Amino acid sequence: MTTQTHEGHYFVPNPSIYPAILSTGILLLVAGFILSITPDRDQTLAYLATPGKGMMLAGFLAIIYVLFGWFGKIVGESEGGKYKKWEDRSFRIGMIVFIASEVAFFAAFFGALFYMRVISVPEIANFDPQFTPYKDFLGTWPSAGPGGTVLGTEYKVPQFTPMGAWGIPAINTLLLLTSGATVTWAHWGLLNSNRRQLIIGLMMTVALGIAFLFLQGYEYHHAYSELGLTLGSGAYGATFFMLTGFHGFHVTLGTIMLIVILARSMKGHFTADHHFGFEGVAWYWHFVDVVWLLLFVLVYWL
Amino acid sequence: MSTATAAHHHDDHPTGIMRWLTTTNHKDIGTMYLTFSLIMFLVGGSMILAVRAELFQPGLQLMQPEFFNQLIGVHALVMIFAALMPAATGFANWMLPLQLGAPDMALPRLNNWGFWLLPPAAILLTAPFILALFGIGDGAIATGWTFYTPLSVQGGIGVDFAIFAVHLLGISSVMGSINVLVTIFNMRAPGMTLMKMPLFAWGWMITAFLLIATIPVLAGAVTMLLTDRHFGTHFFDAAGGGDPILFQHLFWFFGHPEVYILLLPVWGLIPHILSAFSRKPTYGYKAQIYSFWAIGILSVVVWAHHFFTVGLPIPALLYFMYSTMAISLPLAVLFFCWIATMWKGSMTFETPMLFATGWIILFGIGGLTGLILADVAADAQYHHSYFVVAHFHYTLFAGGIMGIMAGVYYWLPKMTGHMYSETLGKLHFWLTAIAFNVTFIPQFFLGLAGMPRRIPDYALQFSEFNMISTIGAFTLGLSQLIMVYNIVRCVRGGKKAEAKVWEGAEGLEWTLPSPPPYHSFTEQPVIK
Repeated sequence: MTTQTHEGHYFVPNPSIYPAILSTGILLLVAGFILSITPDRDQTLAYLATPGKGMMLAGFLAIIYVLFGWFGKIVGESEGGKYKKWEDRSFRIGMIVFIASEVAFFAAFFGALFYMRVISVPEIANFDPQFTPYKDFLGTWPSAGPGGTVLGTEYKVPQFTPMGAWGIPAINTLLLLTSGATVTWAHWGLLNSNRRQLIIGLMMTVALGIAFLFLQGYEYHHAYSELGLTLGSGAYGATFFMLTGFHGFHVTLGTIMLIVILARSMKGHFTADHHFGFEGVAWYWHFVDVVWLLLFVLVYWL
Repeated sequence: MSTATAAHHHDDHPTGIMRWLTTTNHKDIGTMYLTFSLIMFLVGGSMILAVRAELFQPGLQLMQPEFFNQLIGVHALVMIFAALMPAATGFANWMLPLQLGAPDMALPRLNNWGFWLLPPAAILLTAPFILALFGIGDGAIATGWTFYTPLSVQGGIGVDFAIFAVHLLGISSVMGSINVLVTIFNMRAPGMTLMKMPLFAWGWMITAFLLIATIPVLAGAVTMLLTDRHFGTHFFDAAGGGDPILFQHLFWFFGHPEVYILLLPVWGLIPHILSAFSRKPTYGYKAQIYSFWAIGILSVVVWAHHFFTVGLPIPALLYFMYSTMAISLPLAVLFFCWIATMWKGSMTFETPMLFATGWIILFGIGGLTGLILADVAADAQYHHSYFVVAHFHYTLFAGGIMGIMAGVYYWLPKMTGHMYSETLGKLHFWLTAIAFNVTFIPQFFLGLAGMPRRIPDYALQFSEFNMISTIGAFTLGLSQLIMVYNIVRCVRGGKKAEAKVWEGAEGLEWTLPSPPPYHSFTEQPVIK
């Protein structure tokens, strides 16, 4: 990266109370969450659940307030012409680094999947036959483990049918790939100052995102009610639901972001040469897309 | 704390508590980070003094083993996440814009959020102690700072609090890293190429890359722990096909780079001090940058040396042993450069230089004892003994905190506009250096003799060394009050500091008055 010369001053925002409120909201949310899940393990603390839920609600409302306020302020500053090329470059680098950290987060769960499938499950099946406590365990994937006693309670290996790749997951792959194309098409519209194409492209992307989420919800329902596949289905269930669940959560966030960008486009925000807000969301959407392709291959298909 | 920039009331910002809650100014935020770090340093230190008091004699005198376990775990989490990391981030906030010729950090509001995530995290870490007094739960996390399963799956409410504290600290670190990287890549003065950048910025750049790559993995690991505890998953449970060792892999994939996350900012700042007080340019600027890169990259592929004794396959043991030892090569390059910077210089020993030179020796001991632990055969003997405790305190207290202290004395006149008391500074150094060795040299021998760590009681033959260690620890802890007093005195007044506080100091931060104006470089300087 070479040096650059800058025109004018860098925009340093005025003092803002939003970060402090956001942190308070997060503290309330997580402390409330801890209190509300404590009774699962210690019935004597059941009285904590209600105040815990109250704290969660208060924290959640504070976070929502900040999201509207803080992003509203950024949008206002952007439309007010505070952000020039120099600031724009900061946002771009920042977004790239943020997405890199998200990649590392998913890597932890893919790493867990790899470890269980390639190392721990086969190892449990390959103990010396004279000494193994898991005599009949074959260690084939998908696996819910050999069963045994966990913290004093018996874990019976649940019977489940693994999720096939070529039903809903394949349709979902198609939906997300198409949505990657539509958001790029919308971007071309923006670059050519064709606002109609921008708005239609974004609408299609949002619709595809919502369709994806709807199908995934249906898939989860199907897994729990008919396949016997749950979060508690050993190695396969844990990695399946945590990976697809965190991905689904990211699709949800991405869809909300796309809806915001769509609303801004309809209000006439963004120009052909000043639209980081749009691009940041598009990058995020492509990232979610790539994670899904890995999921489809490594979780559903292979 | 507010007097640091009190001379600039004409600048437009709220006053009182609102100034600190809402600030977007890199110096205010840096001051908050450093103050928070100092407070948590004293909190974490008090915890371990209670532990050392218990270990003064064999037998249980002061506390139950459960409480002992809570203290050592929270001590480590507090010192690593709430004392050492925020101190480095505080310096990054204060100094990067000054050193790079920037008006401020690149993303000021995010910067503020990064700081204000820390107090909630500190509350989450320590709250279980308080809740236990009201009969809620059985106290803080009692697994040590490593959260090892299955102990952490069985643990009480303290584990849940620690999990979410780590989440908040992680978000804070990621926000801080984003800010540092954007500032480095986008805010440098015209003409300052990356290869003209101060080494402190280089050290922080690699630190930020490591944080971005590894903190989210820790977040993932503790999330799996949470679901194992509460939502019926079997990530770390062989009955479900999982494995407790999986947690160790995930944890140390973060945990080993974390060591370099703590040390790289220090490696960046020490050369500035060595060069200033030797009145010579830094030796081997490029070699040091390449070494930073080499160590940064190696640090993410050596993690399993933290659990050699857990039953890894032999090829894995060999790989992790050799790759770990390979880190000593770039580190040796750094040691050579530090010594060569001083070679034939016209050296003076003000407090920062005392800390920097003492740091080289003590950190060197930390590095060399690490080589012993990296040896698979030797590690089988020393693993989980006090030898390990002594080793990582030589790297993290001497290598980390004493390096940060060198930076504190080096930059304090720049930040406050006043000179600190040199006499008290020197007294602080000598007491710290001596008491530190009195505390930890006996622990090497305790470890070699077979005393296990994390146990509140011990066999009689370990008594003398434990007594010496405890006396050293209390001296070390009390000596830090000299530094606190010196800092407070320096903030409140004293001899005026010049713009270029140290005769031999180089860098853009010394071209601004002491203290620097509220907004640093409103016009960027041009570097030739």
